[in-house]
Amino acid sequence: MIEKEVVVIGGGPSGLSAAIEAAKRGVEVLVVDENLRAGGQLFKQIHKFFGSSAHRAGIRGIDIAIELLKEAEKYGVEVWLNSVVVGLFKEKKVTIKKTLADNSEKLEIIQAKKIVIATGASENAVSFKGWTLPGVMGAGAAQTMININRVLPGKRILMIGSGNVGLIVSYQLLQAGAEVVAVVEAAPQIGGYGVHVAKIRRAGVPIYTSYTILEARGNKGVEGAVICKVNDKWQPIRGTEKVLKVDTITIAAGLKPLIELAMICDCKCSFIPQLGGWIPLHNENMESTNSGIYLVGDVTGVEEANTALEEGKLAGTAVAEALKYISLEDARKTKNEIWQRVNELRMGPFGEARMLAKNNILIGFKNILDS
Amino acid sequence: MRVDNHIILGKDERKEMVEIKVDDKTIQAKKGEMIAAALIANGIRINRYTVKKKEPRGIFCGIGQCTDCVMVVNGKPNIRTCVTPVEDGMIIETQYGVERSNG
Amino acid sequence: MALRKTGYLTKEELINSNRYPSKERLNKGPVAIIECTEEIPCNPCEVACKFKAIKIGKPITNTPILDENLCIGCGLCIAKCPGLAIFVIDKTYSNKEGLVSFPHEYLPLPITGSTVEAVNREGIVICSGKVVKVLNKKSFDRTPVVTIAIPKDKLNEVRGIKRLKNKH
Repeated sequence: MIEKEVVVIGGGPSGLSAAIEAAKRGVEVLVVDENLRAGGQLFKQIHKFFGSSAHRAGIRGIDIAIELLKEAEKYGVEVWLNSVVVGLFKEKKVTIKKTLADNSEKLEIIQAKKIVIATGASENAVSFKGWTLPGVMGAGAAQTMININRVLPGKRILMIGSGNVGLIVSYQLLQAGAEVVAVVEAAPQIGGYGVHVAKIRRAGVPIYTSYTILEARGNKGVEGAVICKVNDKWQPIRGTEKVLKVDTITIAAGLKPLIELAMICDCKCSFIPQLGGWIPLHNENMESTNSGIYLVGDVTGVEEANTALEEGKLAGTAVAEALKYISLEDARKTKNEIWQRVNELRMGPFGEARMLAKNNILIGFKNILDS
Repeated sequence: MRVDNHIILGKDERKEMVEIKVDDKTIQAKKGEMIAAALIANGIRINRYTVKKKEPRGIFCGIGQCTDCVMVVNGKPNIRTCVTPVEDGMIIETQYGVERSNG
Repeated sequence: MALRKTGYLTKEELINSNRYPSKERLNKGPVAIIECTEEIPCNPCEVACKFKAIKIGKPITNTPILDENLCIGCGLCIAKCPGLAIFVIDKTYSNKEGLVSFPHEYLPLPITGSTVEAVNREGIVICSGKVVKVLNKKSFDRTPVVTIAIPKDKLNEVRGIKRLKNKH
């Protein structure tokens, strides 16, 4: 059995950030990622990020990913790619199905002192008649196809959902050369930022609020879609159907945290819809209800890359503190600065619900401890 | 359709091609690209047919989690084509049900 | 705001939210228009302006305020805004025409001297324009800035061009 000081599960922005922060201070860190390349969802994010210009705002997600990979290498973070964590135990034992250079697979068991779970989130599915036809996919899948694989999944797209993912991916589909025939939003108002909407409206993309998709039509794949208006109870209104000629339907209906690993080692969770579903509880150090197991990024609630980066730094600092690589005073100061930045990112009308929900996680954690 | 030039991503610098067989067709793919992407670039978006109702399926999540895109690759079924890179000479077959190709 | 339903700001909403330069200032020369009206944590524009004409301060959810007297309309902020929400208009270009500069992250880029279809915030073509300048400097990090000449009375409406058909 191998021993490591810290194992970070997931090499996206939050996991890499945690690894870098800990490794900077001398901690031995291994990052395990199931993909062929670390960086999580960052390599799909070809747009410039919002946030504080002192902390990577204005930089494209892809370039932040490259920076993080460089930093991880600089500080000696070990990375196992194409490797899946298949078991995680309370006593911080991790079972990993590692793929070796010759493509053979080996089961490795690691005893870690600290674990950081940074497994992210996955897209929700919305079902409707014909939703299994080829050509119906998650908005993230379309984004992967155009920005990473450089292929267009279709030429005429219907986007379901007007949150930031729906709006940004619509914009990126236009950039890749597709036509976005419409964006459909079941709620009476558009969900994402005004500036994201404005970009696609300038590009002539119609947005239908209080509309939903009824059906995807086609023989061996999507050839058309039927949308219709909904009333204030989100029920379809007969007679308002519109048929759209599309070959692709992309679904941007939110994300849910990938909490399997947190659950199998018995981290206590709470259902918080504003953050995407079942959320593993944590304290101000991002530590779960299992001592020594930390959680960072979208797995602790679906937000954005900038909060993921900060939460990673928080856990990385906390881990370094717990392993006595930095003084309590140094840790306290660093963590306070990070919390200030995190809180700033959750301000404003769009952040309010998340701020409240994230505070409820901290309260929920305290309640579990007290009981 | 391939995105050969892109305002943010620039020109596609991948020039090396490999040859793969998809059912009875031989197609060109970019070396190292994901099987599902190579197929889509060549106008193929059906990866498999379901067990009971024999309905066509194609990519859904695109990142290896939903298994809607699985095909039989070099004789092995249930290979997630959205996260598996092509190799020269690869034999890819539309999967019917949970384990067989049509051949 | 109607932005939540229609997806675009009306000129009236912009003027009412104090985000429009005065008539006086517009008659002096090019000036920036920051069409950013929601409180989102974001401040690259503040840092971008060499003349310190854009103010956000703390908290960074404050919407940006432009000091129209410090702004010289250089347009450096256009490419820096992650929301692509900043434009520069110049009423003084000629007797009949004005200039509008906007971010345009699409290929193919328009060619200087060509005629293009100018669109408003709703994406509707409302006039034609002549491409006066296309800048794609390295410092813009792949956000090209296009400047077109259009009839003066359309300066408050035009915010882009119809995307050109690609020969990708």
